[in-house]
Amino acid sequence: MKRYSGFSLFKNALSYHENWQKIWRSPKPKSDYDVIVVGGGGHGLATAYYLAKVHGITNVAVIEKGYLGGGNTARNTTIIRSNYLWDEAAQLYELSLKLWEGLSQELNYNVMFSQRGVLNLGHNLQDMRDIERRVNANRLNGIDGEVVTPERVKEIAPLINISRDCRYPILGASWQPRGGTARHDAVAWGYARGADALGVDLIQETEVTGIRRKNGAVVGVETTQGFIGARKVACVTAGNSGVVAAMAGLRLPVESRPLQALVSEPVKPCLDTVVMSNAVHGYISQSDKGDLVIGAGVDGYNGYGQRGSFHVIEHTLQAICELFPAFSRVRMNRQWGGVVDTCPDACPIISKTSVDGLYFNCGWGTGGFKATPGSGYVFADTVANDRPHPLAAAFNIDRFNTGALIDEHGAAGVAH
Amino acid sequence: MLLIHCPHCREDREEEEFHYSGEAHIVRPLEPENLSDEEWGDYLFFRKNPRGIHHEMWHHTAGCGRYFYATRNTVSYQILETYMVGEKPQHTADSAGASQ
Repeated sequence: MKRYSGFSLFKNALSYHENWQKIWRSPKPKSDYDVIVVGGGGHGLATAYYLAKVHGITNVAVIEKGYLGGGNTARNTTIIRSNYLWDEAAQLYELSLKLWEGLSQELNYNVMFSQRGVLNLGHNLQDMRDIERRVNANRLNGIDGEVVTPERVKEIAPLINISRDCRYPILGASWQPRGGTARHDAVAWGYARGADALGVDLIQETEVTGIRRKNGAVVGVETTQGFIGARKVACVTAGNSGVVAAMAGLRLPVESRPLQALVSEPVKPCLDTVVMSNAVHGYISQSDKGDLVIGAGVDGYNGYGQRGSFHVIEHTLQAICELFPAFSRVRMNRQWGGVVDTCPDACPIISKTSVDGLYFNCGWGTGGFKATPGSGYVFADTVANDRPHPLAAAFNIDRFNTGALIDEHGAAGVAH
Repeated sequence: MLLIHCPHCREDREEEEFHYSGEAHIVRPLEPENLSDEEWGDYLFFRKNPRGIHHEMWHHTAGCGRYFYATRNTVSYQILETYMVGEKPQHTADSAGASQ
Protein backbone atom coordinates (compact mmCIF):
# COMPACT_ATOMS: atom_id res chain seq x y z
CA MET A 1 0.00 0.00 0.00
CA LYS A 2 1.39 3.37 -0.96
CA ARG A 3 0.88 5.92 1.77
CA TYR A 4 -1.06 9.08 1.08
CA SER A 5 0.87 12.27 1.79
CA GLY A 6 1.28 15.80 0.55
CA PHE A 7 4.16 14.57 -1.55
CA SER A 8 2.10 11.79 -3.18
CA LEU A 9 -0.62 14.34 -3.96
CA PHE A 10 1.96 16.56 -5.68
CA LYS A 11 3.54 13.65 -7.55
CA ASN A 12 0.19 12.40 -8.84
CA ALA A 13 -0.85 15.89 -9.84
CA LEU A 14 2.01 15.82 -12.36
CA SER A 15 0.30 12.88 -14.13
CA TYR A 16 -3.15 14.46 -13.92
CA HIS A 17 -4.17 12.09 -11.08
CA GLU A 18 -4.50 9.24 -13.55
CA ASN A 19 -2.02 6.90 -11.88
CA TRP A 20 -3.32 6.54 -8.33
CA GLN A 21 -3.21 2.94 -7.21
CA LYS A 22 -6.46 1.06 -6.64
CA ILE A 23 -7.50 1.44 -3.02
CA TRP A 24 -8.00 -2.32 -2.63
CA ARG A 25 -7.65 -5.51 -4.65
CA SER A 26 -10.68 -7.48 -5.87
CA PRO A 27 -9.46 -11.04 -5.32
CA LYS A 28 -11.10 -14.33 -6.16
CA PRO A 29 -12.11 -16.10 -2.95
CA LYS A 30 -9.69 -18.73 -1.69
CA SER A 31 -11.06 -22.14 -0.75
CA ASP A 32 -10.34 -21.67 2.94
CA TYR A 33 -9.91 -18.89 5.50
CA ASP A 34 -9.15 -18.65 9.21
CA VAL A 35 -11.96 -16.14 9.65
CA ILE A 36 -14.78 -15.09 7.35
CA VAL A 37 -16.50 -11.82 8.18
CA VAL A 38 -20.01 -11.77 6.73
CA GLY A 39 -20.96 -8.21 5.85
CA GLY A 40 -18.71 -5.52 4.40
CA GLY A 41 -20.06 -2.46 6.15
CA GLY A 42 -18.08 -0.28 8.54
CA HIS A 43 -18.33 -2.69 11.46
CA GLY A 44 -17.37 -5.73 9.38
CA LEU A 45 -14.42 -3.99 7.73
CA ALA A 46 -13.25 -2.65 11.10
CA THR A 47 -13.46 -6.18 12.51
CA ALA A 48 -11.33 -7.52 9.65
CA TYR A 49 -8.86 -4.67 10.03
CA TYR A 50 -8.34 -5.21 13.77
CA LEU A 51 -8.16 -9.00 13.32
CA ALA A 52 -5.22 -8.45 10.99
CA LYS A 53 -3.66 -5.46 12.73
CA VAL A 54 -4.00 -6.31 16.42
CA HIS A 55 -4.26 -10.10 16.38
CA GLY A 56 -2.12 -10.93 13.36
CA ILE A 57 -4.87 -13.01 11.76
CA THR A 58 -4.53 -12.08 8.11
CA ASN A 59 -6.06 -15.12 6.40
CA VAL A 60 -9.41 -13.36 6.53
CA ALA A 61 -12.15 -12.68 3.99
CA VAL A 62 -14.92 -10.11 4.16
CA ILE A 63 -17.91 -11.29 2.12
CA GLU A 64 -20.36 -8.61 1.07
CA LYS A 65 -23.49 -9.20 -0.99
CA GLY A 66 -23.50 -5.69 -2.46
CA TYR A 67 -20.64 -3.23 -2.39
CA LEU A 68 -18.50 -2.20 0.58
CA GLY A 69 -20.21 0.25 2.90
CA GLY A 70 -23.41 0.29 0.86
CA GLY A 71 -25.81 -0.52 3.67
CA ASN A 72 -26.34 1.40 6.87
CA THR A 73 -22.77 2.75 6.74
CA ALA A 74 -23.90 4.86 3.80
CA ARG A 75 -27.34 5.63 5.19
CA ASN A 76 -26.81 7.13 8.63
CA THR A 77 -26.47 10.71 9.80
CA THR A 78 -22.79 10.29 10.85
CA ILE A 79 -23.23 11.46 14.44
CA ILE A 80 -20.51 10.43 16.89
CA ARG A 81 -20.80 10.74 20.68
CA SER A 82 -20.27 8.61 23.77
CA ASN A 83 -22.64 10.16 26.32
CA TYR A 84 -24.49 6.96 27.18
CA LEU A 85 -25.99 6.44 30.63
CA TRP A 86 -24.91 2.99 31.77
CA ASP A 87 -21.29 2.08 32.50
CA GLU A 88 -21.17 -0.82 30.04
CA ALA A 89 -22.47 1.19 27.10
CA ALA A 90 -20.57 4.35 28.02
CA GLN A 91 -17.25 2.48 28.13
CA LEU A 92 -17.86 0.79 24.79
CA TYR A 93 -18.82 4.01 23.01
CA GLU A 94 -16.00 5.90 24.73
CA LEU A 95 -13.46 3.34 23.48
CA SER A 96 -14.92 4.00 20.07
CA LEU A 97 -14.66 7.76 20.43
CA LYS A 98 -11.02 7.46 21.50
CA LEU A 99 -10.30 5.34 18.42
CA TRP A 100 -12.08 7.93 16.24
CA GLU A 101 -9.73 10.59 17.59
CA GLY A 102 -6.71 8.90 16.05
CA LEU A 103 -8.38 7.10 13.18
CA SER A 104 -7.33 9.26 10.23
CA GLN A 105 -3.67 8.93 11.27
CA GLU A 106 -3.97 5.23 12.05
CA LEU A 107 -5.53 4.43 8.68
CA ASN A 108 -3.60 7.06 6.70
CA TYR A 109 -7.01 7.92 5.31
CA ASN A 110 -8.95 11.09 6.02
CA VAL A 111 -12.20 10.06 7.66
CA MET A 112 -13.02 13.75 8.15
CA PHE A 113 -13.70 13.26 11.86
CA SER A 114 -14.84 16.62 13.13
CA GLN A 115 -15.28 17.14 16.88
CA ARG A 116 -17.87 19.85 16.52
CA GLY A 117 -19.76 18.86 19.66
CA VAL A 118 -23.16 17.32 20.27
CA LEU A 119 -26.12 18.97 22.00
CA ASN A 120 -28.91 16.82 23.42
CA LEU A 121 -31.79 19.17 24.16
CA GLY A 122 -34.19 19.00 27.09
CA HIS A 123 -37.72 20.33 26.72
CA ASN A 124 -39.34 19.59 30.05
CA LEU A 125 -38.45 19.09 33.68
CA GLN A 126 -38.04 15.33 33.37
CA ASP A 127 -35.78 15.75 30.33
CA MET A 128 -33.55 18.06 32.38
CA ARG A 129 -33.43 15.63 35.31
CA ASP A 130 -32.50 12.80 32.93
CA ILE A 131 -29.85 14.99 31.31
CA GLU A 132 -28.30 15.88 34.67
CA ARG A 133 -28.25 12.25 35.70
CA ARG A 134 -26.71 11.20 32.39
CA VAL A 135 -24.07 13.94 32.39
CA ASN A 136 -23.08 13.07 35.96
CA ALA A 137 -22.86 9.40 35.03
CA ASN A 138 -20.73 10.33 32.00
CA ARG A 139 -18.32 12.40 34.08
CA LEU A 140 -17.90 9.59 36.59
CA ASN A 141 -16.93 7.43 33.62
CA GLY A 142 -14.37 10.00 32.47
CA ILE A 143 -16.48 11.14 29.54
CA ASP A 144 -16.68 14.85 28.85
CA GLY A 145 -20.03 16.54 29.21
CA GLU A 146 -21.81 19.40 30.85
CA VAL A 147 -25.33 20.61 31.42
CA VAL A 148 -25.86 23.92 29.66
CA THR A 149 -28.50 26.64 29.84
CA PRO A 150 -30.71 27.75 26.95
CA GLU A 151 -28.55 30.86 26.59
CA ARG A 152 -25.43 28.73 26.19
CA VAL A 153 -27.31 26.56 23.65
CA LYS A 154 -28.03 29.75 21.71
CA GLU A 155 -24.32 30.66 21.81
CA ILE A 156 -23.35 27.26 20.45
CA ALA A 157 -26.06 27.17 17.75
CA PRO A 158 -27.20 30.76 17.11
CA LEU A 159 -30.01 29.86 14.71
CA ILE A 160 -31.86 27.85 17.35
CA ASN A 161 -35.09 29.16 18.83
CA ILE A 162 -34.90 29.36 22.64
CA SER A 163 -38.03 31.45 23.16
CA ARG A 164 -40.47 30.14 25.78
CA ASP A 165 -43.58 30.68 23.67
CA CYS A 166 -43.38 27.50 21.62
CA ARG A 167 -44.96 24.10 22.17
CA TYR A 168 -41.73 22.48 23.45
CA PRO A 169 -39.41 25.24 24.72
CA ILE A 170 -35.72 24.45 25.21
CA LEU A 171 -34.94 24.33 28.93
CA GLY A 172 -31.32 23.29 28.56
CA ALA A 173 -29.15 20.60 27.07
CA SER A 174 -26.29 18.23 27.59
CA TRP A 175 -23.19 19.24 25.67
CA GLN A 176 -20.43 16.82 24.69
CA PRO A 177 -17.71 18.87 22.99
CA ARG A 178 -15.72 15.80 21.90
CA GLY A 179 -18.64 14.45 19.91
CA GLY A 180 -19.15 15.31 16.29
CA THR A 181 -19.40 13.81 12.85
CA ALA A 182 -17.27 11.91 10.34
CA ARG A 183 -17.42 11.11 6.65
CA HIS A 184 -19.38 7.84 6.65
CA ASP A 185 -18.12 6.42 3.33
CA ALA A 186 -14.52 7.27 4.19
CA VAL A 187 -14.70 5.16 7.33
CA ALA A 188 -15.64 2.06 5.34
CA TRP A 189 -13.11 2.83 2.62
CA GLY A 190 -10.34 3.60 5.12
CA TYR A 191 -10.85 0.34 7.00
CA ALA A 192 -11.17 -1.55 3.72
CA ARG A 193 -7.90 -0.13 2.43
CA GLY A 194 -6.15 -0.83 5.73
CA ALA A 195 -7.47 -4.40 5.90
CA ASP A 196 -6.64 -5.08 2.26
CA ALA A 197 -3.07 -3.88 2.78
CA LEU A 198 -2.69 -6.37 5.64
CA GLY A 199 -3.79 -9.23 3.39
CA VAL A 200 -7.55 -9.42 4.01
CA ASP A 201 -9.56 -10.46 0.94
CA LEU A 202 -12.52 -8.15 0.30
CA ILE A 203 -15.05 -10.09 -1.74
CA GLN A 204 -17.91 -7.99 -3.04
CA GLU A 205 -21.13 -8.89 -4.87
CA THR A 206 -21.10 -12.30 -3.23
CA GLU A 207 -24.00 -13.24 -1.03
CA VAL A 208 -23.77 -15.70 1.83
CA THR A 209 -26.68 -18.11 1.40
CA GLY A 210 -25.92 -20.64 4.10
CA ILE A 211 -23.69 -21.43 7.07
CA ARG A 212 -22.31 -24.97 6.93
CA ARG A 213 -21.85 -26.71 10.26
CA LYS A 214 -20.42 -30.05 11.31
CA ASN A 215 -20.77 -31.52 14.82
CA GLY A 216 -22.01 -28.23 16.20
CA ALA A 217 -19.13 -26.21 14.78
CA VAL A 218 -18.84 -23.92 11.80
CA VAL A 219 -16.90 -25.23 8.79
CA GLY A 220 -17.65 -22.49 6.27
CA VAL A 221 -20.27 -20.57 4.33
CA GLU A 222 -22.26 -21.27 1.20
CA THR A 223 -22.13 -18.30 -1.15
CA THR A 224 -23.25 -17.36 -4.63
CA GLN A 225 -19.64 -18.14 -5.63
CA GLY A 226 -19.77 -21.58 -4.05
CA PHE A 227 -18.64 -22.98 -0.71
CA ILE A 228 -15.85 -21.19 1.18
CA GLY A 229 -14.33 -22.92 4.18
CA ALA A 230 -13.62 -21.13 7.45
CA ARG A 231 -12.69 -22.03 11.00
CA LYS A 232 -14.57 -19.03 12.34
CA VAL A 233 -17.45 -17.02 10.90
CA ALA A 234 -18.18 -13.55 12.25
CA CYS A 235 -21.53 -12.09 11.19
CA VAL A 236 -21.92 -8.32 11.07
CA THR A 237 -25.00 -7.92 8.92
CA ALA A 238 -27.08 -5.28 10.72
CA GLY A 239 -30.68 -5.37 9.51
CA ASN A 240 -30.30 -8.82 8.00
CA SER A 241 -28.76 -10.39 11.11
CA GLY A 242 -31.89 -12.37 11.85
CA VAL A 243 -31.86 -13.82 8.34
CA VAL A 244 -28.19 -14.85 8.66
CA ALA A 245 -28.77 -16.28 12.14
CA ALA A 246 -31.60 -18.42 10.78
CA MET A 247 -29.08 -19.99 8.36
CA ALA A 248 -27.38 -21.48 11.40
CA GLY A 249 -30.65 -22.35 13.11
CA LEU A 250 -30.32 -19.51 15.63
CA ARG A 251 -32.79 -16.87 16.72
CA LEU A 252 -31.85 -13.34 17.73
CA PRO A 253 -33.84 -10.90 19.88
CA VAL A 254 -33.68 -8.26 17.16
CA GLU A 255 -36.36 -6.71 15.02
CA SER A 256 -35.52 -5.02 11.72
CA ARG A 257 -37.02 -1.60 11.20
CA PRO A 258 -36.70 1.05 8.51
CA LEU A 259 -34.85 4.16 9.70
CA GLN A 260 -34.93 7.20 7.47
CA ALA A 261 -32.69 10.18 6.95
CA LEU A 262 -32.76 13.11 4.57
CA VAL A 263 -30.60 15.98 3.37
CA SER A 264 -31.45 19.46 2.22
CA GLU A 265 -30.05 21.43 -0.68
CA PRO A 266 -26.54 22.71 0.13
CA VAL A 267 -26.61 26.04 1.98
CA LYS A 268 -23.92 28.35 3.37
CA PRO A 269 -22.39 27.27 6.71
CA CYS A 270 -25.00 27.94 9.39
CA LEU A 271 -24.78 25.11 11.90
CA ASP A 272 -21.35 24.02 13.14
CA THR A 273 -22.46 21.47 15.70
CA VAL A 274 -24.84 18.54 16.08
CA VAL A 275 -28.25 19.17 17.65
CA MET A 276 -30.39 16.29 18.85
CA SER A 277 -33.70 16.25 20.61
CA ASN A 278 -35.36 13.28 22.20
CA ALA A 279 -38.66 14.94 22.99
CA VAL A 280 -39.47 16.60 19.70
CA HIS A 281 -37.73 13.76 17.91
CA GLY A 282 -35.17 14.93 15.41
CA TYR A 283 -31.47 15.45 14.94
CA ILE A 284 -29.59 17.71 12.60
CA SER A 285 -26.09 18.71 11.54
CA GLN A 286 -24.56 20.32 8.50
CA SER A 287 -22.18 18.45 6.23
CA ASP A 288 -19.00 19.97 4.82
CA LYS A 289 -20.80 20.11 1.48
CA GLY A 290 -23.44 22.35 3.07
CA ASP A 291 -26.46 20.08 3.17
CA LEU A 292 -28.39 19.87 6.40
CA VAL A 293 -28.31 16.21 7.41
CA ILE A 294 -31.49 15.30 9.27
CA GLY A 295 -32.40 12.09 11.02
CA ALA A 296 -35.85 10.73 11.55
CA GLY A 297 -37.18 8.12 13.93
CA VAL A 298 -37.62 4.49 13.05
CA ASP A 299 -40.82 3.49 11.36
CA GLY A 300 -43.41 1.87 13.54
CA TYR A 301 -43.32 -1.58 11.94
CA ASN A 302 -40.81 -4.26 10.95
CA GLY A 303 -39.43 -3.94 7.44
CA TYR A 304 -36.51 -4.84 5.22
CA GLY A 305 -37.44 -2.45 2.40
CA GLN A 306 -34.76 0.25 2.91
CA ARG A 307 -37.44 2.90 2.66
CA GLY A 308 -39.94 4.33 5.09
CA SER A 309 -43.18 6.17 5.56
CA PHE A 310 -43.55 9.79 4.57
CA HIS A 311 -45.35 10.83 7.71
CA VAL A 312 -42.26 9.89 9.76
CA ILE A 313 -40.03 12.39 7.98
CA GLU A 314 -42.85 14.93 8.02
CA HIS A 315 -42.97 14.57 11.80
CA THR A 316 -39.18 14.97 12.04
CA LEU A 317 -39.20 18.11 9.92
CA GLN A 318 -41.91 19.59 12.12
CA ALA A 319 -39.49 19.17 15.02
CA ILE A 320 -36.58 20.66 13.07
CA CYS A 321 -38.65 23.67 11.99
CA GLU A 322 -39.72 24.29 15.56
CA LEU A 323 -36.09 24.21 16.74
CA PHE A 324 -34.79 26.18 13.76
CA PRO A 325 -37.55 28.38 12.31
CA ALA A 326 -35.10 29.64 9.66
CA PHE A 327 -34.91 26.15 8.15
CA SER A 328 -38.60 26.15 7.27
CA ARG A 329 -37.63 27.67 3.93
CA VAL A 330 -34.87 25.17 3.11
CA ARG A 331 -35.80 22.64 0.46
CA MET A 332 -35.13 18.98 1.04
CA ASN A 333 -33.10 17.22 -1.59
CA ARG A 334 -32.95 13.49 -0.94
CA GLN A 335 -34.45 11.00 1.46
CA TRP A 336 -33.58 7.34 2.05
CA GLY A 337 -33.99 4.51 4.49
CA GLY A 338 -31.81 1.85 6.03
CA VAL A 339 -32.75 -1.33 7.83
CA VAL A 340 -31.67 -1.23 11.47
CA ASP A 341 -31.69 -4.21 13.79
CA THR A 342 -33.18 -2.99 17.04
CA CYS A 343 -32.69 -4.80 20.34
CA PRO A 344 -35.25 -4.71 23.15
CA ASP A 345 -32.80 -2.74 25.35
CA ALA A 346 -31.35 -0.50 22.60
CA CYS A 347 -27.90 -2.02 23.11
CA PRO A 348 -25.94 -4.22 20.72
CA ILE A 349 -25.20 -7.92 20.82
CA ILE A 350 -21.48 -8.77 20.59
CA SER A 351 -21.39 -12.43 21.34
CA LYS A 352 -20.34 -15.98 20.81
CA THR A 353 -23.21 -18.29 19.95
CA SER A 354 -24.21 -21.85 20.72
CA VAL A 355 -22.49 -22.86 17.46
CA ASP A 356 -18.71 -23.20 17.89
CA GLY A 357 -16.82 -20.68 15.78
CA LEU A 358 -19.88 -18.58 14.98
CA TYR A 359 -20.02 -15.03 16.33
CA PHE A 360 -22.54 -12.25 16.02
CA ASN A 361 -22.12 -8.50 16.22
CA CYS A 362 -25.53 -6.96 15.68
CA GLY A 363 -28.43 -5.16 17.27
CA TRP A 364 -26.81 -1.72 17.04
CA GLY A 365 -30.19 -0.36 16.09
CA THR A 366 -30.32 3.32 15.35
CA GLY A 367 -26.86 4.24 16.64
CA GLY A 368 -24.24 1.95 15.19
CA PHE A 369 -22.19 4.34 13.11
CA LYS A 370 -20.56 6.10 16.05
CA ALA A 371 -19.44 2.73 17.38
CA THR A 372 -17.76 1.51 14.19
CA PRO A 373 -14.13 1.51 15.44
CA GLY A 374 -14.88 0.25 18.95
CA SER A 375 -17.29 -2.38 17.70
CA GLY A 376 -14.71 -3.74 15.28
CA TYR A 377 -12.00 -3.61 17.95
CA VAL A 378 -13.82 -5.58 20.65
CA PHE A 379 -15.44 -7.96 18.17
CA ALA A 380 -12.10 -8.80 16.55
CA ASP A 381 -10.72 -9.53 20.04
CA THR A 382 -13.76 -11.68 20.84
CA VAL A 383 -13.39 -13.67 17.62
CA ALA A 384 -9.60 -14.02 17.83
CA ASN A 385 -9.58 -15.29 21.42
CA ASP A 386 -12.93 -17.12 21.39
CA ARG A 387 -14.05 -15.31 24.54
CA PRO A 388 -15.76 -11.97 25.04
CA HIS A 389 -13.55 -8.88 25.15
CA PRO A 390 -13.93 -7.38 28.67
CA LEU A 391 -15.92 -4.46 27.25
CA ALA A 392 -18.09 -6.82 25.17
CA ALA A 393 -18.91 -9.28 27.97
CA ALA A 394 -21.99 -7.36 29.10
CA PHE A 395 -23.32 -7.42 25.54
CA ASN A 396 -23.58 -11.19 25.45
CA ILE A 397 -26.74 -12.58 23.90
CA ASP A 398 -27.40 -14.45 27.20
CA ARG A 399 -28.56 -11.22 28.81
CA PHE A 400 -32.00 -11.66 27.26
CA ASN A 401 -32.41 -14.85 29.25
CA THR A 402 -30.66 -13.80 32.46
CA GLY A 403 -32.43 -10.45 32.55
CA ALA A 404 -29.21 -8.39 32.78
CA LEU A 405 -30.39 -5.90 30.18
CA ILE A 406 -28.65 -2.56 29.63
CA ASP A 407 -31.54 -0.19 29.12
CA GLU A 408 -30.18 2.60 26.97
CA HIS A 409 -33.45 3.81 25.50
CA GLY A 410 -33.00 7.10 27.32
CA ALA A 411 -29.57 7.82 25.86
CA ALA A 412 -30.08 6.20 22.49
CA GLY A 413 -30.62 9.66 21.03
CA VAL A 414 -34.23 9.59 19.99
CA ALA A 415 -37.16 7.93 21.64
CA HIS A 416 -38.34 4.84 19.83
CA MET B 1 -47.77 5.54 3.60
CA LEU B 2 -49.56 2.26 4.04
CA LEU B 3 -53.27 2.00 3.43
CA ILE B 4 -54.60 -0.47 5.97
CA HIS B 5 -57.96 -2.19 5.93
CA CYS B 6 -59.46 -2.33 9.40
CA PRO B 7 -61.62 -5.46 9.56
CA HIS B 8 -63.70 -3.92 12.33
CA CYS B 9 -64.45 -0.65 10.55
CA ARG B 10 -64.39 -2.36 7.14
CA GLU B 11 -62.58 0.64 5.70
CA ASP B 12 -59.17 1.36 4.17
CA ARG B 13 -57.54 3.98 6.36
CA GLU B 14 -54.15 5.70 6.42
CA GLU B 15 -51.26 4.21 8.38
CA GLU B 16 -51.18 7.17 10.76
CA GLU B 17 -54.47 6.04 12.31
CA PHE B 18 -52.87 2.78 13.39
CA HIS B 19 -50.23 1.63 15.79
CA TYR B 20 -48.11 -1.42 15.12
CA SER B 21 -48.17 -3.83 18.03
CA GLY B 22 -45.64 -6.48 17.08
CA GLU B 23 -45.73 -10.10 16.08
CA ALA B 24 -49.12 -11.82 16.08
CA HIS B 25 -50.16 -15.16 17.52
CA ILE B 26 -47.76 -15.05 20.48
CA VAL B 27 -49.38 -17.16 23.16
CA ARG B 28 -49.04 -15.88 26.70
CA PRO B 29 -47.67 -18.64 28.96
CA LEU B 30 -50.40 -20.13 31.11
CA GLU B 31 -48.05 -20.75 34.02
CA PRO B 32 -45.30 -18.14 33.81
CA GLU B 33 -43.92 -19.07 37.23
CA ASN B 34 -43.03 -22.53 35.89
CA LEU B 35 -41.00 -21.27 32.92
CA SER B 36 -37.23 -21.53 32.83
CA ASP B 37 -35.19 -18.35 32.26
CA GLU B 38 -34.67 -19.45 28.65
CA GLU B 39 -38.39 -19.90 28.02
CA TRP B 40 -39.28 -16.63 29.70
CA GLY B 41 -36.59 -14.71 27.74
CA ASP B 42 -37.80 -16.33 24.54
CA TYR B 43 -41.37 -15.29 25.26
CA LEU B 44 -40.42 -11.70 26.11
CA PHE B 45 -37.71 -10.85 23.61
CA PHE B 46 -37.23 -13.32 20.77
CA ARG B 47 -39.31 -12.65 17.67
CA LYS B 48 -39.45 -14.24 14.23
CA ASN B 49 -38.53 -11.01 12.40
CA PRO B 50 -38.86 -12.68 8.98
CA ARG B 51 -37.71 -11.23 5.69
CA GLY B 52 -40.95 -11.88 3.81
CA ILE B 53 -44.39 -12.89 5.04
CA HIS B 54 -45.10 -11.65 8.57
CA HIS B 55 -48.20 -12.00 10.71
CA GLU B 56 -48.51 -9.00 12.95
CA MET B 57 -50.88 -7.19 15.26
CA TRP B 58 -52.14 -3.67 14.59
CA HIS B 59 -54.15 -1.36 16.80
CA HIS B 60 -56.62 1.06 15.23
CA THR B 61 -55.71 3.72 17.79
CA ALA B 62 -57.27 6.74 16.07
CA GLY B 63 -60.25 4.77 14.81
CA CYS B 64 -62.27 2.08 16.50
CA GLY B 65 -59.55 1.44 19.08
CA ARG B 66 -59.59 -2.30 18.47
CA TYR B 67 -56.85 -4.79 17.65
CA PHE B 68 -56.64 -6.97 14.56
CA TYR B 69 -54.09 -9.07 12.71
CA ALA B 70 -52.46 -8.43 9.33
CA THR B 71 -50.33 -10.51 7.01
CA ARG B 72 -47.73 -8.26 5.44
CA ASN B 73 -44.65 -8.75 3.28
CA THR B 74 -41.76 -7.08 5.14
CA VAL B 75 -39.80 -6.44 1.93
CA SER B 76 -42.51 -5.07 -0.40
CA TYR B 77 -44.70 -3.88 2.54
CA GLN B 78 -47.74 -5.23 0.67
CA ILE B 79 -50.53 -6.12 3.08
CA LEU B 80 -51.99 -9.43 1.88
CA GLU B 81 -54.87 -9.57 4.33
CA THR B 82 -56.19 -8.27 7.61
CA TYR B 83 -58.22 -10.50 9.88
CA MET B 84 -59.84 -10.67 13.26
CA VAL B 85 -58.07 -11.76 16.42
CA GLY B 86 -58.89 -15.43 16.86
CA GLU B 87 -58.95 -16.13 13.13
CA LYS B 88 -56.30 -17.97 11.14
CA PRO B 89 -54.43 -16.24 8.28
CA GLN B 90 -55.23 -17.19 4.68
CA HIS B 91 -51.71 -16.36 3.56
CA THR B 92 -48.68 -17.96 5.16
CA ALA B 93 -44.99 -18.10 4.28
CA ASP B 94 -45.56 -21.59 2.88
CA SER B 95 -48.53 -20.65 0.71
CA ALA B 96 -46.72 -17.54 -0.57
CA GLY B 97 -43.67 -19.64 -1.43
CA ALA B 98 -45.89 -22.05 -3.36
CA SER B 99 -47.60 -19.29 -5.33
CA GLN B 100 -44.33 -17.62 -6.29
